[in-house]
Amino acid sequence: MDFSFTEEQTLLRNSVSKYLADNYKFDQWRKFTRSELGRDAGHWKQFAELGLLAAALPEEHGGLGGGPVDSLVIMEEFGKALVVEPYIPTVVIGAGFLKAAGSEAQKSEWLNRIAAGETMMAFAFAEPKGRYNLADLSTTAKKQGAGYVLNGQKAVVIGAPWADTLIVTARTSGGQRDRNGISVFLVDKKAKGVTTRDYPTVDGLRASEITFENVEVPATALIGAADAGLPLVEQVTDEAIAAVCADATGAMKVLVDTTVEYSKTRKQFGVPIGKFQALQHRMVDMFVNYEQSVSITLMVTLRLGESETERAKAASAAKVTIGKAGRYVGQQAVQIHGGIGMTDELNVGHYFKRLTLADTLFGNIDHHLKRYAALS
Amino acid sequence: MDLTFSPEEEAFRQEVRAFIADARPQLPDVGAPELANRTKEDYLAWHKLLYKKGWVAPLWPKQYGGTGWNVTQRYIFNEEVADAGMPTTLPFGLNMVAPVIFTYGNEEQKKKYLPRILSGEDWWCQGYSEPGSGSDLASLRTKAVRDGDFYIVNGQKTWTTLAQFADWIFCLVRTDPNVKQQEGITFLLIDMKTPGITVKPIIVLDGAHEVNEVFFDNVKVPVENRVGEENKGWTYAKFLLVNERSGIAGVARSKKAVERLKEIAGAERIDGEPLIDDEDFARKIADLEIDLAALEFTELRTLAAESKGRMAGPESSILKIRGTEIQQRITELTVEAIGYYAYPNDRALGANEFIGPDYALGEAGHYFNMRKTSIYGGSNEIQRNIIAKAVLGL
Ligand SMILES: Cc1cc2nc3c(=O)[nH]c(=O)nc-3n(C[C@H](O)[C@H](O)[C@H](O)COP(=O)(O)OP(=O)(O)OC[C@H]3O[C@@H](n4cnc5c(N)ncnc54)[C@H](O)[C@@H]3O)c2cc1C
Ligand SMILES: Cc1cc2nc3c(=O)[nH]c(=O)nc-3n(C[C@H](O)[C@H](O)[C@H](O)COP(=O)(O)OP(=O)(O)OC[C@H]3O[C@@H](n4cnc5c(N)ncnc54)[C@H](O)[C@@H]3O)c2cc1C
Repeated sequence: MDFSFTEEQTLLRNSVSKYLADNYKFDQWRKFTRSELGRDAGHWKQFAELGLLAAALPEEHGGLGGGPVDSLVIMEEFGKALVVEPYIPTVVIGAGFLKAAGSEAQKSEWLNRIAAGETMMAFAFAEPKGRYNLADLSTTAKKQGAGYVLNGQKAVVIGAPWADTLIVTARTSGGQRDRNGISVFLVDKKAKGVTTRDYPTVDGLRASEITFENVEVPATALIGAADAGLPLVEQVTDEAIAAVCADATGAMKVLVDTTVEYSKTRKQFGVPIGKFQALQHRMVDMFVNYEQSVSITLMVTLRLGESETERAKAASAAKVTIGKAGRYVGQQAVQIHGGIGMTDELNVGHYFKRLTLADTLFGNIDHHLKRYAALS
Repeated sequence: MDLTFSPEEEAFRQEVRAFIADARPQLPDVGAPELANRTKEDYLAWHKLLYKKGWVAPLWPKQYGGTGWNVTQRYIFNEEVADAGMPTTLPFGLNMVAPVIFTYGNEEQKKKYLPRILSGEDWWCQGYSEPGSGSDLASLRTKAVRDGDFYIVNGQKTWTTLAQFADWIFCLVRTDPNVKQQEGITFLLIDMKTPGITVKPIIVLDGAHEVNEVFFDNVKVPVENRVGEENKGWTYAKFLLVNERSGIAGVARSKKAVERLKEIAGAERIDGEPLIDDEDFARKIADLEIDLAALEFTELRTLAAESKGRMAGPESSILKIRGTEIQQRITELTVEAIGYYAYPNDRALGANEFIGPDYALGEAGHYFNMRKTSIYGGSNEIQRNIIAKAVLGL
């Protein structure tokens, strides 16, 4: 057994972390997340140049041949800096679908562009009344000639305002919530009939409500087999869950360190507040939660390639652990900072928000507890 | 022991209900019952209607303009107000400084300040906390030096809620640095228009301008603005804190919030079925309601004891701890119920615009904002220390 990172992975971590320390400081983050674009246009290109976008992609398509562990390394560092760029939608999900089920033509067309930072994608899967059930879809894709016509509405599509390409799940047959009859499409955001309403999210990202009204896509837009998309969606979503977990552990790490540091300097009653056992035990629990999160994130990352059941169980276990740990760590970090923890000016509240929303993304604690129980 | 209401009490309930029904159309629509985005007039609209009716000060003795209600009437009134979703009146004047003034102030002070607090003419804020003195309030440093008929005040207060609207601030200041901390503190009433006072906004994490820093630079305060004796301010300060805490339990409002949570969970769907019918979710709501019922009876026991003349003491810490934790759980569960539509940052949208269902509006911000309740009014850690020492004798 070996839990050590390869030399390449350590170099990768060092280069991301150095880049972010120099160019993605919290005061810079505040500025660009509040700008009209919502991000600094230069970072994505830099990520491409540093090889971050290529790290987990296959060599024959412009990638560096890495895998989920490379994504984990990148996401942990991204979580520490609250990175807003759509690495998960584009590299983990977009490229994930293509790697797993794309045609040769699709792979050659898209993977190189992803690696080079020439495209940003968004994953349009959730619907207003669908909650976390990936099969609960009212969006339809009807066969028309050689292609399809899409109709429907997608909710809170993260990163969509910046994306040029959408990965869309839609029903090609079957009834609402059937496991069969789901297909996955690549849709140009500029296609006729696509309307977006863009807005900032509470944790500093951008998202859109998207409507598809008789949007015509060619047959080549379909990823994988028609009607049989759900297992593919589940696989890629589990990969995305692993990445969300890594991001959350990065955010937790910052909160644990920051809180412990603060408790050593903030004095009340003539002593540093870290001397109060009530707070010490709380910080120990924050630390334990963080360590548990690191462990389970490693577990899911290493099990992504196993059988469907093992993979799904690992993903749900990780999501539950992260959901609980993220809440605890976020809430305690604010509490132990006292009044200052409630301010917009301090970074603590922003990590707290990121962790709060991470629990919702791709299914919350309850959803994944149920899924895990059903698989056991 | 008896839980039923008498016919007189039922009649009182009907009277309150009728009054609220009549008042509601006269109020501005201020959305969620929270502090965000409101103007001074928004806050005062309900206060002024209550004042006209003579109902604005249930906690005051009748002789100063209080309602003269007994504990049960106060309970019924709070229930009805919360149930109708009416705004709260701000506590700083009515429930905090006024009791200090009518308990420890002199006749002139009672005459000067109380009527204006009642009418809403004067807006008060609380100048207790300082950058270095939060939980350890007695370590405060803002100093007041006697100069003839004046005190000259220098220093800084922080986290001062809604000071941007305030006409007056009640402050704890250090008048004697050479004695035990608690023995050199004085309670001063300071006019916010006095030269030398600067107010700077602090934005909290849901984006609201709710608290402020207040700076005092050679501020001249007449000696007649001192409540009680010089260097005895700690006694008055502690008396006020106990009053501050009991208001914090918020049982009636939490009941209303649970109802709202149930409505939301009724509208949300999980696999096509209402979320409220989901076994896991229903269990969490039940768990909340049960804790809330226990808190309600704890509060009633405290009120009943008070009506027999016993002053609320460290028991108010129980109400504060439990009350705030329950409020936080409700907001947490509400965000959970809403799912993905908790994401949109409503503050970035135009007025009356929303993304997703209308009930999602502002709920995530509310959850973030409510983390303050276990920090302010003496943090929950401090409340636990109080119970450990004062009740359990540890
Ligand atoms: C089933 C069982 C089997 C055992 N088997 C063995 C055995 O085989 N051999 C052996 O040598 N011993 C054995 N023990 C003894 C065990 O190690 C002691 O019970 C343990 O060390 C606690 O000591 P104590 O019972 O004296 O409790 P105390 O030390 O009196 O502690 C009482 C409580 O105070 C808490 N406490 C104490 N100090 C602090 C502090 N500084 N900060 C915060 N909290 C504190 C403790 O955590 C505990 O909750 C066994 C005990 C049990 C229950
Ligand atoms: C939104 C908001 C509104 C407020 N409004 C007002 C107002 O209007 N007027 C006013 O005067 N103040 C106000 N306050 C200030 C509030 O009372 C203080 O924030 C509070 O007393 C905590 O002080 P602090 O922020 O300095 O935290 P600190 O005292 O630095 O505490 C930091 C952490 O250490 C813990 N801690 C401290 N001492 C101990 C101990 N002995 N044992 C265990 N744990 C301990 C605390 O519980 C907290 O978790 C407000 C605060 C907030 C957040």
